[in-house]
Amino acid sequence: MTATAPSLPASPVPDSGSALRRLSRWLHAHPRVRLGLVLLLPIAWLVVAYLGSLLVLFLNAFWSRDPFTSLVVRDFTLDNFVKLLTTAVYGAVALRTLTMAAVVTLTCVLLAYPIAYYMAKVASPRTRAALAVAVVMPLWASYLIKAYSWRLILSDDGVLNWLLSPLGVKGPGYGDVAVWLVFTYLWLPYMIIPVYAGLERIPDSLLEASSDLGGRAAMTFRRVILPLSIPAVAAGSIFTFSLTLGDYIVPGLVSTTQFIGNVIYVNVAQDLPLAAAYSLVPLIIMLGYLAIARRFGAFEAL
Amino acid sequence: MGGGAGRTALRVATGAVLVFIYVPIALVVVYAFNASGTSAWPPSGFTLEWVDAALANTGLQQAFLTSLVAAFGATIVALVLGSLAALAVSRYTFYGRETISFVVILPIALPGIVTGMALSTTFGSLHFPLGLVAIIVGHATFCVVLVYNNAIARLRRTARSFEEASADLGADTFQTFRYVTFPALRSALLAGALLAFALSFDEVIVTIFTAGGVKTLPIWIFQSFRLANQVPLVNVAGLAAILLSVVPVYFATRLTSTVTGRA
Repeated sequence: MTATAPSLPASPVPDSGSALRRLSRWLHAHPRVRLGLVLLLPIAWLVVAYLGSLLVLFLNAFWSRDPFTSLVVRDFTLDNFVKLLTTAVYGAVALRTLTMAAVVTLTCVLLAYPIAYYMAKVASPRTRAALAVAVVMPLWASYLIKAYSWRLILSDDGVLNWLLSPLGVKGPGYGDVAVWLVFTYLWLPYMIIPVYAGLERIPDSLLEASSDLGGRAAMTFRRVILPLSIPAVAAGSIFTFSLTLGDYIVPGLVSTTQFIGNVIYVNVAQDLPLAAAYSLVPLIIMLGYLAIARRFGAFEAL
Repeated sequence: MGGGAGRTALRVATGAVLVFIYVPIALVVVYAFNASGTSAWPPSGFTLEWVDAALANTGLQQAFLTSLVAAFGATIVALVLGSLAALAVSRYTFYGRETISFVVILPIALPGIVTGMALSTTFGSLHFPLGLVAIIVGHATFCVVLVYNNAIARLRRTARSFEEASADLGADTFQTFRYVTFPALRSALLAGALLAFALSFDEVIVTIFTAGGVKTLPIWIFQSFRLANQVPLVNVAGLAAILLSVVPVYFATRLTSTVTGRA
């Protein structure tokens, strides 16, 4: 960094007359104003604009749609919620999505833990660095293309059936199993990275202490490693859970099953207030999930 | 721990997960050069036909450019907002500080469809036209966290005493930022910016809600799934999309690991 460091101004003695200098001195004396200036844009954008638009979404859920003009009527009504609660399909779709999110999260934990553990506690520093890059890179490779690749793999004349045909069996094809596979595939790195970081933070001395005290490998794992890695698992699960809850593209690519995202997506054009009301379902589930994850220390492990 | 058998099992599991992660990506590359242009396996032969067709496709070129512009715009906004938020949270104590760090994470922690719906509904109410600017606003909102996370990690490791020393030596607020704080932050900001770029370049869930008629590369790919004559080009476009997300991320990883000494 020394090579690129800009040379300091020639005269370190302040020319106390310049306006900038006076402004700076004034700001230095008024830290609250300084803080206000630093916070102005982030607050305007994230609090006013972003939270504001979540509020607009919330308000829309209490409005209705004129059946003739399809325009939104801004009169307070609970009709959307009554419709969501009394029409069985909405509950069924929500439950299905929730189950899928839970199963995908669980699968991601089971797949991520061994590789994260290997990276953090077994691999040499070189291998560890290489594996970290190998796990992070695919996270950023086009999401759509990765999902599409599974459409090719699972298609009738695709790779999987070709591989399985000598055994006389067929792959799962398109459907709920395919959705589960693709979600697990897409979100897996989101779980591996925090779990690896969490396991890496556990000092080896703790593991040695456990073994000195007579704890066998299984015991050390259950009593030391597992409890200490829970915040990291919770952090990873925020992503696997949230991303599954809101996705409408994967189910459309590899199944015909409807999930929350699909129902919202279809309704946006037809009945915006109803779609807004339904989108409160993943929003509320996720806020609840974040509250729980926070109690498990997930936010410190993000 | 776990002795030889445990180690071997871990090694096998690690290898299996890596195969699981990389096979589908490798397949996209194979299909981009597959002569038959269908999903049938094994490929019928090698061809550059789809690459040529993709390079000649004006819709695809336009989408690619749009994505570049959107990602660039979103990255700039995310850089400004993310570094300001990180400075405020790491260098000041104030009421609501926890809220700021929570609100920064929220757009990425909430399902994309919620953010997409909220933005499109709000834009609709304000009669703000959907399109490139709306896309950039949406992308910037969830890209802030990437810059913020990188910047705050660096600021927490950079001793505040440097800034105090600078002030003691007579530097004013702006000079301290320019000659002390910013140089310490630079590589972290660059890493955050590269990640933000990659995320924006790839995003489709929120984009669909804010795009109006504008096509980004992911939207072009998404729409091409349904067009039989464009399906073979999807793999080529996918290859380009993968390269353009993965290359920045590779450099971002290098940047943060060389400075902090950690992978």
